[in-house]
Formats: sequence, C-alpha cells, structure tokens
Amino acid sequence: MNWSEFFKMGGYGFYVWGSYLVSLVAIGGEIIFLWKRKKRLQQRTTD
Amino acid sequence: MNLYKYAAPANFYPLAGKLIPWFAVPAAILFVVGLYVGFFIAPTDAQQGDAYRIIFIHVPAAWLGMFLYVLLAIYAAIGWAFNARLASMMATSLSITGAMFTFISLVTGAFWGKPTWGTWWVWDARLTSSLILFFLYVGFISLQSAIEDQRRADRAGALLAIVGVINVPIIYFSVDWWNTLHQGATIRILNKPTIAGPMLAAMLIMLAACWLYSIAIVLVRVRCIILEREQHVAQMVEARA
Repeated sequence: MNWSEFFKMGGYGFYVWGSYLVSLVAIGGEIIFLWKRKKRLQQRTTD
Repeated sequence: MNLYKYAAPANFYPLAGKLIPWFAVPAAILFVVGLYVGFFIAPTDAQQGDAYRIIFIHVPAAWLGMFLYVLLAIYAAIGWAFNARLASMMATSLSITGAMFTFISLVTGAFWGKPTWGTWWVWDARLTSSLILFFLYVGFISLQSAIEDQRRADRAGALLAIVGVINVPIIYFSVDWWNTLHQGATIRILNKPTIAGPMLAAMLIMLAACWLYSIAIVLVRVRCIILEREQHVAQMVEARA
C-alpha cells in the first residue's frame, strides 16, 4: 500500500489524524499525570 | 471467599494491585488490534470517505463517557447511603476518566462534524446534552476539590452526580426524541446493526479496549486515593516496603 495516500485519508487526513492525536494526548496525559501522582505517593511513604 | 472483606480500603488496595495488569495488558493489545482493523481492514465508506474512521474512537469514547457517569453516580450513592468510604473513592476515581472520555467524544465529534456536516459544532440536542455531561464531570471534580472536609465533599459530589444522572438517558435518546443533526444509533441491542462487518468489529474492539483501559486506570487511581486518604493503609504499605 501507499503510505502517502494512507496519511491523506482521502483528503480527510487533518480531521482523522487530528482526532486520534487529541485522543492520544488525552489518554497519554491521563496516564502520565497518574504515574507522577503514584510516584509522589511512593516517595512519601518510603521517606 | 468473603467479598464484603474487599469493601475495606486496606483489603481492596492489594487486590486492586493484583488485578490491574489483567486489564491494562489486554487493553493495550486491543487498542492496537482495533486500530489495525479500523485503518487497514475496514474499507473506505461510500458516503463519508475515510472521515468515518473517526468513529472508531468517537463512539467508544462517547459510550464510556455515559457509562462511567452512571457508574460514578451509583458508587457515589452507595458511598453516601452506607457511609462506604471505598465507594466514594471509586466515584472520585471514575470522574477523571469519565471526563477525559467525554472530552475525547466532544473533540473527535467536532473533527467529524466539520468535513461531514460543514460545521464544528451545532447546538442540537445530542451535542448540547453531551456538553452538559462534560460540565457535570467538571462540576463534580471542582466541587470535590473545593470542599475541605472529605465526607462533606463526597456527599456534595454524590448529590450532584445523582441529580445529573437524568442527563444520561437524555443523551442516549436525544437522537430519537428530537430532530437532531446527529445521526441515530448504528448499533442497537435488539436490531441488526446497520454497519459493515469490519467497521463494526473495529468499533467493538476499540470499545472493549476503552472499557479495559478504564477499569485499569480507575483501579490505579483509586489506589492512589486510598493512600492519600487512609493513613493506616499508607503505613501498612510503608511497613511492607
């Protein structure tokens, strides 16, 4: 298959990849913030 | 096995820790499989072209936004009625993930609406009630963080959550009750879905992935909340470390 065609998404690339990028940032952000919160708590309990 | 035992945060904390990988790992695998089916196997839609591929994240996110809210309200109500601390903590833990999925559903909906309807946003029943759902989550989160006393914060949050539940059937049936720009449901429990095989498969796999992800992340967060709120559990964990 042709990758540049794939990224164009039939002319809807901006909307399709925009959607998935926002979703990735939202889910990834949730994981990172929670991971930091967990680390902070672990440090507090082992100090 | 006495299940009531696990209503105590001190007993639930290690159990949740053991359960997390059983949800997190399948969630990660299903996200990959779902996106693969959605982007490489599902064909281009005859009417919407490739823009329709947004629904593989939009629809699961919208469902989770609604379901997690109902779950939040149930936990908040149990926490209020029976003074069950763990149930209130579950409600708090669910609020962040529910808000996150509702946010995704609103943004991806806008990304889908622009090329398909020609507008990012319209004030129709489905979109407006979904925005209200997002504000209910935000309201719950801000209310809880604004009130110093934990029990009072839980009770105030529970009241808001329970009153707000009325909004969920409004979102769900809005496309039937009002003449909206948003299309009707593609998948119904009793009827045959009006969607092609691989498209449906990708959506259902993504839905399963989002569910498993939600369970895993809510359990991780509730463990953090237990440590923050329950001094004796924090000491117990410390003693074992």
